[in-house]
Amino acid sequence: MTAVADRITGLVGALRAHGVRIGTGETVDAARAVAALGLADRELLREGLAATLLHGPGQRALFDSVFDLYFPRGVGGPRSASGDRDDLRDRLAGALAADDRALLARLAAEAVDGLGGYGSSPGSDGWSAYQTLDRLRPQTLLARVRADIRGQGGNGTGGNGTGGADFADRLLDDEIRRRIEEFRRMVGAEARRRVAERRGRDEIARRGVRPTADRVDFLYAGRDQLAELRRTVQPLARKLATRLAARRRRAARGTIDLRRTLRSSLSTGGVPMRPVLRRRRPVRPELVLLCDVSGSVSGFSDFTMLLVQALHEEFTKVRVFAFVNRLDEVTGLLDHGRADPDGLGARIRAEATLTGWHGSSDYGMALGEFAERYGGAVGPRTTVFVLGDARTNMSDPNLPAVRDIARRARRVHWLNPEPRDRWGTGDSAAPAYAGLVEMHECRTARQLGALIARLLPV
Amino acid sequence: MFTSVDDVSVRLAEAGYLASPAVATTVFLAARLGKPLLVEGPAGVGKTELAKAVAQVAGARLVRLQCYEGVDESRALYEWNHAKQLLRISAGRDESWDETRTDIFSEEFLLPRPLLTAIRGDEPTVLLIDETDKADVEMEGLLLEVLSDFQITVPELGTVTATRRPFVVLTSNAGRELSEALRRRCLFLHIGFPEEELERRIVRLKVPGLGAALTESVVRVAGALRAMDLRKAPSVAETVDWARTLLALGADTLAESVVRDTLGVILKHQDDIQKAAAKLDLDAL
Repeated sequence: MTAVADRITGLVGALRAHGVRIGTGETVDAARAVAALGLADRELLREGLAATLLHGPGQRALFDSVFDLYFPRGVGGPRSASGDRDDLRDRLAGALAADDRALLARLAAEAVDGLGGYGSSPGSDGWSAYQTLDRLRPQTLLARVRADIRGQGGNGTGGNGTGGADFADRLLDDEIRRRIEEFRRMVGAEARRRVAERRGRDEIARRGVRPTADRVDFLYAGRDQLAELRRTVQPLARKLATRLAARRRRAARGTIDLRRTLRSSLSTGGVPMRPVLRRRRPVRPELVLLCDVSGSVSGFSDFTMLLVQALHEEFTKVRVFAFVNRLDEVTGLLDHGRADPDGLGARIRAEATLTGWHGSSDYGMALGEFAERYGGAVGPRTTVFVLGDARTNMSDPNLPAVRDIARRARRVHWLNPEPRDRWGTGDSAAPAYAGLVEMHECRTARQLGALIARLLPV
Repeated sequence: MFTSVDDVSVRLAEAGYLASPAVATTVFLAARLGKPLLVEGPAGVGKTELAKAVAQVAGARLVRLQCYEGVDESRALYEWNHAKQLLRISAGRDESWDETRTDIFSEEFLLPRPLLTAIRGDEPTVLLIDETDKADVEMEGLLLEVLSDFQITVPELGTVTATRRPFVVLTSNAGRELSEALRRRCLFLHIGFPEEELERRIVRLKVPGLGAALTESVVRVAGALRAMDLRKAPSVAETVDWARTLLALGADTLAESVVRDTLGVILKHQDDIQKAAAKLDLDAL
């Protein structure tokens, strides 16, 4: 049983390294769950450990990857490995058409074994999911699988017998795409498992596994990761709203009101027995957002815009401006953005005037235009957030404009998605701006959530 | 309560609840480890149904605490019956003060609310704390003692400890982030949208009159709608409603016109309906 206990503590350690908070009590519960369930059925074990160790649905994808490493389906390569690419593709097409999960998993193992190996000397060799998929090209099987299924006159899973006339058959392409995506995921998991056997499980579990969406660096997040992030906007906004409400409650009673304290002290002969506290007037603040939406940081600004939009109930007024080198107001576009968050970035770039003579970002020009055209949007109750990496492509950073905005606003915060040690390198004007307004490093959704909870005025 | 995971799924199925392996495993563990079960998931996937089914299977009495904004101690735990206490005082006029005082804070004048009821009973009990996220944060603090030690402290009476631990199910729509302390005391189960195969079985069970081909199509379209990133993705309850609607309309295949006319049953926002119609190549609505 000690071997199993080691596995469980190893699994818990890897999850903790990815920021999942697990206490000793939960680890003990996990071990009791394993004792109750036995080791015979791997899927039951997976669910049992997930139930005892996890606290939220966002951690599940991470858990599954780590679980695959610590409780692998098998050891070593498949027995009947054939390196023949065409044969593999044939069998893969069949498995996709039949939607046979077990067979797909077996084929993923064979594919990694046959096509994914690289290097020959010990220490530099390994298995690559990227190389496997690049050689196998499962996405090109779509047309063939569709023809197979149509040919059978059913959809493989149950057979509906009505031929191609049924309405639901329009969905076939999407369904096949989802199956192929699932196969790609299997190949990734299998390659990680094989590498882990070679290099040590703990190291791969800490380095090779994709972190939870809120810890992905905005600047390096892929398209699907950004889509996943967008789905976390609503829950994150709810969480932040709860936190803001708590801060507001705490802040409802403020400093001592000297005049009223002295007035009430008259009844006790001028001795201030009971201090009177000043009540804060519940004023909801105004918010202005200036977002750089040029290619390099667009993922970051899109996400932040959606988050602020989701929080709009917390403010009297939210105005959002987007810029590349010209600046335009996009508050209206953002209202529609809730129905279709994925298309938001594209719509902003299509419908707003953001570029002038050239297509690269120019902070000096855009900030100057803001101070000039929309100066009235900033008042003593306004908090301004500037989102961007402050890379001005060597043009004038226009510091007077920033100074002007900072003078008029209640607070100005600059959120920079670049790591702090890269500020000021190359064409970054970050240090110059940071001298005028508060600049914060904001690389992941987790950091953004913490910053917003701390910086937003209540 | 249960002998194995299979036992859980078989018996739940007899009660009309088709459980996925994840659900069955977690219910089994909750019963075996004696820990509360926190169930999260979108609306309409059968979180409350699960508690009811477990109660039915175990032959247990179901005690339900419906949470809402402002639910407090006197609604959740216990309350003193003030009117009865006043009557008691005025009835015993010639008694000494000490006698009256000890008497009016006794069991007789206690009104047990769901949590106390569930803890005190001797028969097997399933305690359902529904929509925990709707309650205020203070309420969670109240639950902590109940959930970790299965006991309740009434200042005038002392501590009431459960003689028989109830099977506790908490549900949440994730409308508010529950505190880490509460999550820590529970087994966590996320019920998402079911796999295609499971959903087909659910539709077949709930709407037995619908043809096999049509059931299949309904489930496939529901799955495709969920992949579309809508404001409110259809859940199992909506799929079943849609299947019932189609049965009532007497449709035998899922033709385009039928889908167009009944899309409102399965989607609840105008934005969603338009988006789905565009994606599914329906004619303009």
